[in-house]
Amino acid sequence: MKVLLVGGGKTLYFLCRKFTSSGHDVIIVDSDRDECVSLSRQLTATVVAGDGSDSRILDEAGVRGADVVLAITSNDQDNLVICQLAMRTFGVRRAMALANDPENATVFRDLGLDAFSTTEIIGSLIEQHAAIDQVRNLLPVGEGKVNVTEVSVDTGSPVAGKLLKDIELPGNALVAVIIRENETIVPRGGSSIIAGDRVVLITLPENHGKVIEAFTGERA
Amino acid sequence: MKNDRYIVIVGCGRLGSHLANRLSIEGNSVVVIDNKESTFENLSLDFSGFRIEGDATRLSVLKEAKLGDADVLIATTREDNVNLMVAQVAHKLFAVPKVIARVFDPRREEMYKQLGVETICPTTVAAELFLIEASKGGKR
Repeated sequence: MKVLLVGGGKTLYFLCRKFTSSGHDVIIVDSDRDECVSLSRQLTATVVAGDGSDSRILDEAGVRGADVVLAITSNDQDNLVICQLAMRTFGVRRAMALANDPENATVFRDLGLDAFSTTEIIGSLIEQHAAIDQVRNLLPVGEGKVNVTEVSVDTGSPVAGKLLKDIELPGNALVAVIIRENETIVPRGGSSIIAGDRVVLITLPENHGKVIEAFTGERA
Repeated sequence: MKNDRYIVIVGCGRLGSHLANRLSIEGNSVVVIDNKESTFENLSLDFSGFRIEGDATRLSVLKEAKLGDADVLIATTREDNVNLMVAQVAHKLFAVPKVIARVFDPRREEMYKQLGVETICPTTVAAELFLIEASKGGKR
């Protein structure tokens, strides 16, 4: 996959390192010339110095061949224009914009872009981690539309000792895996849950709290 | 021209303040948004509209300006991308009937026309006027 990243700072550096180490081709566009020099020394990526919301710079960087464009500058207006140029002028199939202001994530989606807010993602991670000790490894998938959560079942849990089919869950929630000591079980209705198990749950934001409550007995 | 409209102007620099003064004196209800309070000094004593200090790329600021009630939005900041974002949000999310953005880079104009944003590029406008005047000059 060919990824074009527009932005700067440590996030850009570490994202680029992550993508290159998974074997993707990365092109960086960064308006800070000094940072470009140091990035090109440290990374195995093509680095272009310039304003990523300028169509000439994007073209020069090779945006036409990119599979994904990711705009993560600190200015929402620039991220919007970068993604719109990439998609509309250069025909890139997927462009994702960082919304620095969380409210702009919705704005960007209404304007037809993929958008994400790190504030929202980190905020929900902290809230849900801090709320209940038994809940771990919460991972938002699909721009936060789906949550993957690991819950430890202890003896006080309302589901301990029950069969999966006897547990009342809200709609659109799934027990994906039961981890019992070193064994991993993909459960069916007849599988039981016992104290000490860790279960991996797939939930939606609207039913997340209720599902967690069903497994821990505590209000999320 | 109708002079009883509700007009939101983003950017209170030379162009924005000039438009705000004119449109306010003509009798329109005008709200000016700028993230620098000092720019409001550009408004004349006859300006009878409202001033909002804030970043117009934030939805909360546009809501404060009651953009949903506006008849016209004019985006005049010195940053093309701010103007283009505010204009699109006004057009798509607040359904403002008339939206105009100043855009310095002529290459961005075409794409934004397709997105329903009317743009005015000062460079293109000035160039046209210069060409007209220059064509009036004869040969020596």
